[in-house]
Amino acid sequence: MFYREAGQFKTTYQADQAVFPILQDRIGLALILLGAFALIPLMASDFFISVIMIPFLILALATMGLNILTGYTGLLSLGTGGFMGVGAFACYKLTTLYPGINIVVWILVSGFFSTALGIVFGLPSLRIKGFYLTVATLAAQFFLDWSFIRVQWLTNYNTSGAIEVPTRTLFSMPVTGPNATPQFRYLVILSIVTLLTWFASNLVHGRIGRMWMAVRDMDLAAELIGIPLYRTKLLAFAISSYYCGVAGALMVFFWYGSAEPGVFNIDQSFTILFMVIIGGLGSLTGSFFGAALIYGLPIVLKIVLHGVGINILPATVEHVTFMSVGALIVLVLIIEPLGLARLWQITKQKLRVWPFPY
Amino acid sequence: MAPDGPAVAAGDVLLAVENVSLAFGGVKAINGVSFDIRKGEIRAIIGPNGAGKTSMLNVINGFYHPQQGRITFKGEARPQMRPHDAASGGIARTFQNVALFRGMSSLDNIMTGRTLRMKTNLFWQLLRYGPAMREEVEHRARVEEIIDFLKIQDIRRTPVGRLPYGLQKRVELGRALAMEPELLLLDEPMAGMNLEEKEDMSRFILDVNDHFGTTVALIEHDMGVVMDLSDRVVVLDHGMKIADGTPDQVKSNQAVIDAYLGVAH
Amino acid sequence: MDLAYKILIDPFMQMGSAPDLLVQTLWEGLVSGVLYSLIALGFVLIFKASGVFNFAQGIMVVFAALTLVGLHQAGLPAFVALALTIGVMFGLAFLVERLMLRPLVNQPDIILFMATFGLTYFLIGFGELVFGGNPKKMIASELYLPSGAIDIKMFGGFVSLQKIDIAAAVIVSLMVLSLALFFQKTRIGRALRAVADSHKAALSVGISLEQIWVVVWFAAGIVALVTGIMWGARSEVSFSLQVIALKALPVLILGGFTSIPGAIVGGLIIGIGEKIGEFYWGPLLGSGIESWLAYVIALFFLLFRPQGLFGEKIIERI
Repeated sequence: MFYREAGQFKTTYQADQAVFPILQDRIGLALILLGAFALIPLMASDFFISVIMIPFLILALATMGLNILTGYTGLLSLGTGGFMGVGAFACYKLTTLYPGINIVVWILVSGFFSTALGIVFGLPSLRIKGFYLTVATLAAQFFLDWSFIRVQWLTNYNTSGAIEVPTRTLFSMPVTGPNATPQFRYLVILSIVTLLTWFASNLVHGRIGRMWMAVRDMDLAAELIGIPLYRTKLLAFAISSYYCGVAGALMVFFWYGSAEPGVFNIDQSFTILFMVIIGGLGSLTGSFFGAALIYGLPIVLKIVLHGVGINILPATVEHVTFMSVGALIVLVLIIEPLGLARLWQITKQKLRVWPFPY
Repeated sequence: MAPDGPAVAAGDVLLAVENVSLAFGGVKAINGVSFDIRKGEIRAIIGPNGAGKTSMLNVINGFYHPQQGRITFKGEARPQMRPHDAASGGIARTFQNVALFRGMSSLDNIMTGRTLRMKTNLFWQLLRYGPAMREEVEHRARVEEIIDFLKIQDIRRTPVGRLPYGLQKRVELGRALAMEPELLLLDEPMAGMNLEEKEDMSRFILDVNDHFGTTVALIEHDMGVVMDLSDRVVVLDHGMKIADGTPDQVKSNQAVIDAYLGVAH
Repeated sequence: MDLAYKILIDPFMQMGSAPDLLVQTLWEGLVSGVLYSLIALGFVLIFKASGVFNFAQGIMVVFAALTLVGLHQAGLPAFVALALTIGVMFGLAFLVERLMLRPLVNQPDIILFMATFGLTYFLIGFGELVFGGNPKKMIASELYLPSGAIDIKMFGGFVSLQKIDIAAAVIVSLMVLSLALFFQKTRIGRALRAVADSHKAALSVGISLEQIWVVVWFAAGIVALVTGIMWGARSEVSFSLQVIALKALPVLILGGFTSIPGAIVGGLIIGIGEKIGEFYWGPLLGSGIESWLAYVIALFFLLFRPQGLFGEKIIERI
């Protein structure tokens, strides 16, 4: 009875086309934003922010990026890790070459480098049928993996082959590097992710989102309506790569603090893909759910097993995580191919009529 | 934005198929077929299964390119036309097996029909504000007119995958109408419908032709529908044209009776 | 100009000046090509019969090998371990059909493809849990596989052919032959081809989809086992093999997804192309181009012949 829409009439099409037409949804969103921006930095522990919230937000961003390409447009990409890496390395080169410019600017700019690379790979491969794009992204992934190690210019000829993140400031406070406080880093990330989520939501609910979904659902019919297949797919690729690039830059600069070259390998690509699948293909909120579940699973496992008194090796936790994720994927695909997002929708449906069963 | 090309007066030839032949590998689907469609008429294409009717529509659409012959639309020959060009030229289509976008609602499906007319660029789309929002609302209003016309108001938010077949066909018609086409190609619009649904669909087709002046070409098996609705009929069999004329002329044509209609017992 | 010389002339000069090295490289390429073909063969089997691209084929190779070695280490004699491993692969096929394929039977192919991702990760975790992540030595000698090398004097130098590699080539040829015969001549083979064409049509003539799928996944499991044995005998059994199995994708693109001869030819081309590319052109770019060269070769192929060398051209009808 709390979630009833009765009495909420829309008198204009404008109101009906809003992304959150139901009042309760808007209140919920406001509360979440309030909690995220105010409550968490003030009240949560450093551990929670550094180990849970920051990775969650960054992975959710990458997941949204991949979701735009795979969930909304139906183009399966296995190159997410590589594109994240491009963003990270671009950011590193930019900030070491021009340290005077604010790091947040560079983070947002580095996404465009991923976009450029995405377009370069997309141009030839989008002309051929669906599955083959997947192979092209695989080629991109392995090639980029190799480049990150081989092209020493990228790491400024660092002997260990890794990026060491320099200290950068924002509003005269350190925001990257060892002196940056978790809270400050968290707020910057939260702001960026909120902004980009808002953009993605706008795109997805309007003309462009419909074009993407049309291409995904039946590209021949989409062509007939006048949707330019090639340009639509290329746009999806470009935007998706941008999000992954920014996520990669955030990952290195605001989360890890450094980057071993292997961190953007094919396993990273698969991890993000699983987040998309479990969270829900074609759902932005699902991206958050999927990131939370897959990232959180090993942490929760460790805590639960420790709590029960079983002291477990980190290696074993990893093995069990792999098994659980694998089994979860199959389960999700069997029970609800639209993932957690759909389960959430169904829950809201039930809430609408609560306390009645239907 | 009006579809491009010179304006065609009612009664003039809108689309001409000239000696078109189409083959897949060794199989000839269409063999030297010629006919025309006049502006403002309802033209039926009939014939037994495998006669090449759907292939004919696909050629008109630009999905297949004939090995021989040509299509002339609004006075201009259109060699190697792509489906995208057909759309911007003012040709819309429905399919035998409903080709709706299953991941979207009815409303969104019909809104996709407005894509060619939605022009705001990426910047405004990112903000979903100003010009982008105005355009969205403006086209929503137009789509609502179509929804009213087809009486599908209460299913506008339903994902189309969950709709019964008859309603899906109606939504697909709505999507085609949203393109404000000059030529509407309908591939078996009555297939799988009961009597009531057929009457509704016939009413819609007649209204579209009457009120909007949309030229209609339809493939149909139900002879009653064909005779009632169409102004002229072309009959195909084994990829060749065997009759062309008014419904009465075609009904009494011996070749057509032998190949397709049969004789009342 | 210098660069053009380096790319277009110099490598061929190197080939000509040391032809024994060229032959050795070609042989190495052939050998790895044979192993790629084997993995691709597993893919083709499953794809032909169920339209599923079994991403888990690579981990099945590792899993089969690990089971064999593990059972032997637990004390069983080699051939008993082998028989049991075959049984395990059958059990795996049965479980996959029951728990994964049957519930997903009407879903689009991409859903099944993603399900095989899940299967892969599950088997990785499970394998590591049960067998441990350390590389293991394959029980090659216990299975009477030859070791050592034959040195052939050639072109002023000599070319060294490992006996195990020769054995691998022979075994693969036998395997391909028997599979080809199986598909063409036997009743089950015909049924498999029917299922590959159309599930519904196959059902309507009374073919049991479930049985066929178990048979096919079992066959792919056997191929995986053979692959695991041969590959393990050459180097060692480790989980890194699973990623190498991704190389089967370029092989399939070249050879077509449904062609057994295509898998072989594609594997050989990719194997040889990789080795030659790495050896003669690799130093120009920095080493390790093997990790991506195969994919780039496949991409070029895709631009000009998407259905591969042997695949069927798909005409889309609306």
